[in-house]
Amino acid sequence: MSDSTSKTQQISLGKGLNLGLRRALEDDPKVLLMGEDIGKLGGVFRVTDGLQKDFGDSRVIDTPLAESGIVGTAVGLALSGYRPVVEIQFDGFVYPAFDQIVTQVAKMRARALGKVSMPIVIRIPFGGGIGAVEHHSESPEAYFAMTAGLRVVAASNPVDAYWMIQQAIASDDPVVFFEPKRRYWDKAELDPTATPYPLYASRVVREGTDATLVAYGPMVKTCLEAAAAAAEEGRSLEVIDLRTLSPLDLEPVYASVRKTGRLITVHEASVFMGMGAEVAAKVTEKCFYSLEAPVLRVGAPHTPYPPSRVEEEFLPDLDRVLDAVDRAFAY
Amino acid sequence: MVTSRKGAGGKTAAKKKAGAAGPDLVQLLTPEGDLVEHPDYSIDLTPEEYRGLYRDMVLVRRIDAEGTALQRQGQLGLWAPLLGQEAAQVGSGRAQTAEDFAFPTYREHGVAWCRDVDPVNLLGMFRGVNNGGWDPNEKNFALYTIVIGSQTLHATGYAMGMQRDGREAAVIAYFGDGASSQGDVNEAFVFASVNNAPVVFFCQNNQWAISEPNERQFRVPLYQRAAGFGFPGVRVDGNDVLACLAVTKAALERARTGNGPMLVEAFTYRMGAHTTSDDPTRYRDSDELEEWKAKDPILRMRAFLEKNKYADEAFFKDVDTEADTVAADIRERCVSMPDPKPISIFDHVYAEPHPLMDEERAEYGAYWESFEGAH
Ligand SMILES: Cc1ncc(C[n+]2csc(CCOP(=O)(O)OP(=O)(O)O)c2C)c(N)n1
Repeated sequence: MSDSTSKTQQISLGKGLNLGLRRALEDDPKVLLMGEDIGKLGGVFRVTDGLQKDFGDSRVIDTPLAESGIVGTAVGLALSGYRPVVEIQFDGFVYPAFDQIVTQVAKMRARALGKVSMPIVIRIPFGGGIGAVEHHSESPEAYFAMTAGLRVVAASNPVDAYWMIQQAIASDDPVVFFEPKRRYWDKAELDPTATPYPLYASRVVREGTDATLVAYGPMVKTCLEAAAAAAEEGRSLEVIDLRTLSPLDLEPVYASVRKTGRLITVHEASVFMGMGAEVAAKVTEKCFYSLEAPVLRVGAPHTPYPPSRVEEEFLPDLDRVLDAVDRAFAY
Repeated sequence: MVTSRKGAGGKTAAKKKAGAAGPDLVQLLTPEGDLVEHPDYSIDLTPEEYRGLYRDMVLVRRIDAEGTALQRQGQLGLWAPLLGQEAAQVGSGRAQTAEDFAFPTYREHGVAWCRDVDPVNLLGMFRGVNNGGWDPNEKNFALYTIVIGSQTLHATGYAMGMQRDGREAAVIAYFGDGASSQGDVNEAFVFASVNNAPVVFFCQNNQWAISEPNERQFRVPLYQRAAGFGFPGVRVDGNDVLACLAVTKAALERARTGNGPMLVEAFTYRMGAHTTSDDPTRYRDSDELEEWKAKDPILRMRAFLEKNKYADEAFFKDVDTEADTVAADIRERCVSMPDPKPISIFDHVYAEPHPLMDEERAEYGAYWESFEGAH
């Protein structure tokens, strides 16, 4: 177990989460994992693979198939001193637990005037692009970001996944933790002895001078690809990975927009009422005189997530992002 | 009985309650104040302990009445009265040890009393100065929960925590007959059952969920539902404080000693309105109320004490005087509860600093301050 934390290795995003969870379980006996199929199976995405074998079925718990029950009992476990990390199997199945998350988890601390904490992490694989059936490809992050009392983060790469899950577990606030399911298999080099980047901070992941792309989760990679393509056409795009959706860390975005004068937000969720709308509003407020063009938003139309045979057309891709960049330059 | 009933909501159903008293009702004290035997449950208290239960019920009724009065006087925005449910709450409340943990709805003023929670704490939410405000860990009494049924899951999770820690204690989750329709309550039964969690589910079946009678909630008596989840269920006369005490004590002890959850259905009646905003005359027959007045939990305990000469006139007078004192104290402390400062809405939302919270606190703070002295 312990050598999992010692040497640099090539890992996938899913493995990063797995190693992060393992370390959290090792470090704190109060950490518990709960969810459907997370034990023997290791979760449908294998994120919890091998953890029940090593930590036992009282710390890595296969729960009944009841999302409200999973989150509601996590509230009680948190009240009794535990730090539950719950897995919601897929984005579209978090809604039965929505009530417990927004009415109980989010508000319990304020209700008790600070006398209790809710150190609960709610892991949700989210987003599309894997050819799944209905309810397996949704992007519900804005529902949660809108709720005060919750913190919402989204990892976009294996190294962040490893650190962010541990930081989320260590946080005394409840954290809704979004995992980009179509990036679970992406790989990167992890140095487990490195100093982690702060959890609640956005990050410039590619520097540029002509326009800024802001994304999180699965769309960070898409934006990096778009920036690489734009570079070939002579345009220098800066890419920012928001990482944290609540709180939003927009200082790096403001700085970037002051430099580039153009901003495009990109996410899989619908443009209407999406995270991009909040970013656009804030940037307009703070950087109005730096803007050369209106803030543009790339995202999904206001429709249910479509059948998978048309998801390629539905999801923002490199072309849609570059098209928005072109429009920003047309002003 | 169940199969003979006409379709749900049919006129004839209203008379024949799903929970009508029958041989399956645990009763130790009749409405006339006589002790009766039960094969599974018994009670043997000292005269002082019997008097204590009477005192609790009178004080709880008085605290509750004070809540209603304070609402009528405009001191509370709303109050959820418990008139008629004193025995269910005091019986189950006194069955708990200090180490047990209770998860209430919004109506467990009597349980709070038994757990030694300052009654003034209960008023904050109804007055609108906070949304709870007390420390659940101080008296092992969780915050009031408005979303019906939610707390049964919290109770179950807490019990799972106790179980893991090897604590010799149990949890009791309160909910209503209406709440039994909620998914959360049924999910709590599942989680409790498969984990053998030390939790007692205590349903006060007061026959009504605002205007909806039992017939709109279930067609099989509630306590029987437990069997389907794999743990025992028992129906107790909810107006009989002795039976409520005996049955809850046994259920908690059972849970504490590793035998898993149990459902207790206290069959009782809400004699007053659902809340101070409710008007039961729109949906309830007055003769139903008369029938239940005859089963009043306090009168029956008083009759018992008198018949057995466990208490004299002086005792009853003393209790009434004490109730006056408690009520006066609550009133005084309620009206002097200050409104929270507007800026305090930003406090306690997060454990750690949150930039948006800080930014908005500063903005709103400056805005509100700009009015200072303006009126
Ligand atoms: C989820 C939810 N739905 C609706 C309400 C509004 N409401 C408050 S109390 C109540 C009736 C509850 O009846 P019951 O569970 O029998 O408890 P009682 O108040 O009778 O003790 C309703 C519908 C609520 N608080 N929560």
